Amino acid sequence: MQLYLLPGSTYAGDIDSLVLLITGIVGFWYVVTNLMFFYLLWRYRAVEGQKALYVTGHEPDLHRWIAWPHYLIIACDVVLIVGAVRVWYHIKQNLPEAGETVRVVGQQWAWSFQHPGKDGLLDTPDDIKTVDEMHVQVGQVVHAKLESRDVLHSFSVPVFRLKQDVIPGRVITAWFEATVPGVYDIQCAEMCGIGHGIMAARIHVETPEEHQAWIAQASPQI
Amino acid sequence: MSVAHDHDHGHDDAHGGHHHHEPTFMERYIIPTDHKYIAQQYLWTGMFMALFGGFYAYLFRMQMAFPDMWIPFFGRLSAMEYNAAITQHGSVMIFWVAMPVLIAAFGNFLIPLMIGADDMVFPRLNRLSYQLFLLSAIILIASWFVPNGAFGGAWTAYPPLSGDGNYSLTPMGSSMWLVAVAVEFAAFLVGGINFIVTAMNARAPGMRWNDVPMIVWMICIASLLFMASVGPLIAGAVMLFFDQNLGTNFFDPRRGGDPILWQHLFWFFGHPEVYVVLLPATGMVAEIVPVFARKKLFAYDSVLYTAIGTGVLSFFVWAHHQFVAGIDPRMANVFTITTVLISIPIAEMIFLYIATLYGGSIRFTTPMLWALGVVFSFLIGGVTGIYRGASGADMYFHDTYFVVAHFHFTFFPIAFIGTFAGFTYWFPKMFGRMMNDTLGKVHFWGTMISFHGIFLPLFATGLGGDHRRIYNYNHFADLATPDLQMLRIISTVSLLILIAFQFVFIYNTFKSLFWGPIAGTNPWKATTLEWTTPENPPSHGNWPPNAMPSVYRGAYEYSVPGRDEDYWPQNVPNKAG
Repeated sequence: MQLYLLPGSTYAGDIDSLVLLITGIVGFWYVVTNLMFFYLLWRYRAVEGQKALYVTGHEPDLHRWIAWPHYLIIACDVVLIVGAVRVWYHIKQNLPEAGETVRVVGQQWAWSFQHPGKDGLLDTPDDIKTVDEMHVQVGQVVHAKLESRDVLHSFSVPVFRLKQDVIPGRVITAWFEATVPGVYDIQCAEMCGIGHGIMAARIHVETPEEHQAWIAQASPQI
Repeated sequence: MSVAHDHDHGHDDAHGGHHHHEPTFMERYIIPTDHKYIAQQYLWTGMFMALFGGFYAYLFRMQMAFPDMWIPFFGRLSAMEYNAAITQHGSVMIFWVAMPVLIAAFGNFLIPLMIGADDMVFPRLNRLSYQLFLLSAIILIASWFVPNGAFGGAWTAYPPLSGDGNYSLTPMGSSMWLVAVAVEFAAFLVGGINFIVTAMNARAPGMRWNDVPMIVWMICIASLLFMASVGPLIAGAVMLFFDQNLGTNFFDPRRGGDPILWQHLFWFFGHPEVYVVLLPATGMVAEIVPVFARKKLFAYDSVLYTAIGTGVLSFFVWAHHQFVAGIDPRMANVFTITTVLISIPIAEMIFLYIATLYGGSIRFTTPMLWALGVVFSFLIGGVTGIYRGASGADMYFHDTYFVVAHFHFTFFPIAFIGTFAGFTYWFPKMFGRMMNDTLGKVHFWGTMISFHGIFLPLFATGLGGDHRRIYNYNHFADLATPDLQMLRIISTVSLLILIAFQFVFIYNTFKSLFWGPIAGTNPWKATTLEWTTPENPPSHGNWPPNAMPSVYRGAYEYSVPGRDEDYWPQNVPNKAG
């Protein structure tokens, strides 16, 4: 069963590792807590003629069963926070130099893309404009300048593990570097009205040759 | 500290002072001031609203499993109706089911009885609270029938979508939703003030702060959280209403507004709200587990501190709902830290409940099964929250079905499993009759297994990239796979099974209401004051005016050494014991 999406960007693996780290830590606590829970339920089920213990929970030899796991959780929290902040910093705060910049405009209910074209610059006559279809080159850092014409949208490419809300009145830069050629979903991930459920686009991750060929073929005649 | 019943004369006029007269229909249902009737009104209204919430869930789950098919009892669900269904489902289940049942119904019923008072301190305010709530529920349901139908912009109502009828296409529905929510909040604000004042001022003589049953504490803390957090949202709701109808631009960036501002106002309320409904449910666990383990609550003070700690921390985590919403990315680091830290008090609270089982003599009655079910299921909701609090991972999980599965593993254990625990436990006190235990257990196992069948597959679809609020996955090539579709079908079929098992509950409830065996005044042999009323169910005033209870000990004195009985009610004087 193919459920887990392939990691398709340079940082997808970092996010997946963070997810695994969290799974390891919370999985440990989940299993230990449930073992304890079900053991106590079985061990102390009502037996005819046997009276329950009278304890307040403040006896030091009992309370340490709460206190020690408690300290251990604080330690786990520190590990989780460090892991999460490192990944976050890398993806959202520390943007690498752009190899190509693409303008992405969300509107009810379509994505339009403005690629820089042959000269590599946006807002020049050779820009390539497309709807619901984005073309990028594998191994190149792409900056997506996210804009919205109307309501909130969210630019989400699950194979890249990338998600960024798109806000009218602002330009927000998201980046990615694709690693595996192919064609993948771009999905709107923020409720944007009746057509939210059909606001799909596709991203074409192309080898350098394919990408050049596409630029040559798609460039407007000037 | 002063614990006199000085509130008695305060509402003599409201009660007319006559304790032994059978209330007329008018007094009982239209202008009640008795906290028990108001509690029942909240309870039945909340449960009735759950039928709406459940029906919406049925509609959109059918659409997701069998896209564009004709749905029995409805017909074909359009995209607009789909959006309205998910929006109304979320709003109804949180604001019109979880809140009225967990806080208002149980708070109204339990607080005076558990602290040994004859009623709420402000009985007429209490009535006002319910009547405002009823009004808000009527407005909400009516919005489904106005032109273009109910609001469909998700229960978070993010502007600009919610602020402009040209975007949402539901100009009337949006405004009605907003008015309904604001009126509902006013209702709970009034009710919450009443709970806090009553618990502070009307406790029985001798009841110290640490003799107060935990659920009373929990409902008061929840009411305080609600009071402290709801102001910004009511202000935001007024601003959004102005945006919709008067042409202001608080949240519209076309004319200088800021849509993110609404998100802050919403989630500053929205996250504490989670704990507003969580705490009463954990309070029920704290009441029920000691009774059926015949065991003192493990470390009463620590349970209380974890609840207060959770409540305080809950005010500093709201922006974890907005990691990818366009806030300054540096802010995410702060909110990751506060969010992950909330695991400390919550985990400790769960450990304390589990530790209460140690050395017990555990009876697996229906209420006990439900209470244990809260702990078991909420644990899954708790640990999966860590994925969401960790900003780096949330980037992927945000607005996927992983989120949906996560918060249903918190809300369902709270709002349904917790309610069933409380309902089956206090049913003998509310209605004077016992429920059928066998039917109760059938309902328990059917509900628990099908609930996990609904939401465990949704963790997997979320991991596979399924976004929320999608009308038809066939439009997304990567999501229209047979594997994901099979998981969606498993989830929907489980929902149908869950709905089917609720008929067992409805049957059991109505059969027991009228024909159940008569319950004694203290059928579970519990220690708290509500079980000491001379009549069952308690009549107006709860105790005879000359025999109000006094309190001599804490709320959980079970299996005390040297006593024949394994429970020691709070009101039994030491010498007589």
